[in-house]
Amino acid sequence: MKAHLHHFDITREESMLLPVEFHRKTRLQHVDKAFKAEITRIVPLTDMERLYQLRILDPGERERFTFFPGQFVMVDVPGFGEVPISISSSPSSKGLVELCIRKAGLVTGVLHKAGQGARVGLRGPFGTFFPMEQMKGKNVLLIAGGLGIAPLRAPLYSIIENRPDYNTVHLLYGARDQSQMLFGYQYEQWRRVGDVKLHLIVETPDPCWTGEVGRITALLEKIRIDPDETYAIVCGPPVMFKFVCNRLSELGLPMHRMFVSLERRMHCGMGKCCRCNIGSTYTCLDGPVFDYWTVMNLKEAI
Amino acid sequence: MLFRVITKEAFRKFVNTLLSEIEIIAPRKVATDYTGRSIYHYLPVDRFEDVALDYDTTRFSAKTYFTPFKENLASYSFQNGDWTQSIRYRGVTRLILGLHACDINALLKLDKVMARGPFPSPHYIARRKNTLIIGIDHDPCAGGFCRSLGTDTVTHGFDLFLTDLGDRYFVAIDSDRGFSMLQEVENTEVTEDDRVEYSAVRRRIAKGFTTHVETHNLPNILDIEFESPVWAKWGAKCLSCGTCAMVCPTCYCYGVSQEFSMDFASARKNKQLYSCNLYDFARVAGDHNFRARTSTRLKYRYYHQHRGFVETYNEPMCVGCNRCGNACLAGISPPEVIADLHMEEKA
Repeated sequence: MKAHLHHFDITREESMLLPVEFHRKTRLQHVDKAFKAEITRIVPLTDMERLYQLRILDPGERERFTFFPGQFVMVDVPGFGEVPISISSSPSSKGLVELCIRKAGLVTGVLHKAGQGARVGLRGPFGTFFPMEQMKGKNVLLIAGGLGIAPLRAPLYSIIENRPDYNTVHLLYGARDQSQMLFGYQYEQWRRVGDVKLHLIVETPDPCWTGEVGRITALLEKIRIDPDETYAIVCGPPVMFKFVCNRLSELGLPMHRMFVSLERRMHCGMGKCCRCNIGSTYTCLDGPVFDYWTVMNLKEAI
Repeated sequence: MLFRVITKEAFRKFVNTLLSEIEIIAPRKVATDYTGRSIYHYLPVDRFEDVALDYDTTRFSAKTYFTPFKENLASYSFQNGDWTQSIRYRGVTRLILGLHACDINALLKLDKVMARGPFPSPHYIARRKNTLIIGIDHDPCAGGFCRSLGTDTVTHGFDLFLTDLGDRYFVAIDSDRGFSMLQEVENTEVTEDDRVEYSAVRRRIAKGFTTHVETHNLPNILDIEFESPVWAKWGAKCLSCGTCAMVCPTCYCYGVSQEFSMDFASARKNKQLYSCNLYDFARVAGDHNFRARTSTRLKYRYYHQHRGFVETYNEPMCVGCNRCGNACLAGISPPEVIADLHMEEKA
């Protein structure tokens, strides 16, 4: 009878022998395999946040690694764990990934101790992305609160690199105070080279602050929005995008043209572990980018 | 599907032959509980006499043989400031004998999550494809409500499926593997008498159900009753221990953690089954917890089982085995909670 009980060796399945390709979601492959990447540069932003530049070491993997603005990667620090981090760099830079990481727990704490040259693993990219193609020919409102600027940098770069394809672009950015504003050294470039209308606001101004003071919704009153010709991308804490999106709704912007990026704890990134489930939706598969209508229909989303 | 008939004596010989060749997991009586009820577990067996094919239900489901409570996903070795990752898939050839229809249906549901759709899991598929399944029909177990969920019969997902006709088994064959195996023992074509008898047995089983759960419009009711006081009522009883998810044949959620070896020369990435009823299930960075309340977590489990899964796969995740109801220390059982929800809707 033994002849009928032959062992099935999954590692010899045809698709398992092909190089890992994370965008081919339905192909059987080594889903836990991490791309090894080296930290090539660390840019301190605040006490808590740093920008990490990573380069995938294997030239073949570097070539195959592509992503869309809004997607995230699982960063694997061997021995410590994995964390989901949204990609903060331009989708056109092959194999070079920038991640803006806040020191918030065990794994990110270890990353803050890591130096240049340290090697981490990357899995991904995972998740949905902002519809950059759909937005072409339209006005774009990029609205960020606090650390929300991190996932917003990817669509921002995508727009700046293809600037003629888009109409008026506003970037509205709010933070608790001036010291919490990230990427201050890039504002001039975004404004002058990128032709992005940048508006900043803080909640508690320090004595040298000369700009706007208040909640981010106040900035919406300062600009003219054409609801029929505008898309909005909103990233920030849930309470912030709730107020922003509700105000945009009042201004006539349809909910299916507002996009938000949600944040949840993820253990797998592949729609298995359930940790990022909202009601019944996987943030890792169906998100993290959702249109606001979908978010309104998710229980416990906000 | 092909059907055959095999005598019980031939089946015993068949199992004994298999026992000399592969590991067999089967229901075994391990103890008797305080009410005098037998406690069965799916465990490895050495001889046919240890197999309790007439068992009512097991306390744990057989999912541990497909998605183990703890599983190694990857290993890392450290050398000269660098690391190397290695991944191993474990899939020993073995046979699970005596699975009931609900448990086979549970595997079919797990297949949808783990083996199909986005990111099929090689860990799961290696185990699933190397496991032979011989299922068996049975009279309804106390408290089971599989008939309400349409999981009391099964049409695929096994190699052989037996229905007891007294001195012989009516065998459904769902794989060439099962067909070839059966060729090795004496079996006969299905006769008119066999078919008549089979139908009579199935009718008897169908009539034997005493627990019913109203599933009509349940996905919508769950959404409408999201703020219902029913959740506060049952949530107040819930101990957030996670037992329900551990015994459930379809709950698959897990946590991933890593650990260093004592000499720091290597590390392991492990997956451990979790439960959405545990306090930190939805806790995120900055210590914010999306489901800090017991009642919210309890509600969430029902929401995923009876609405979320339906949205994705057009069928509920629950198979109605009521293992969670039997195991719950606080006496929370799905038939009661769901009945309560329906009452709430009428009020």
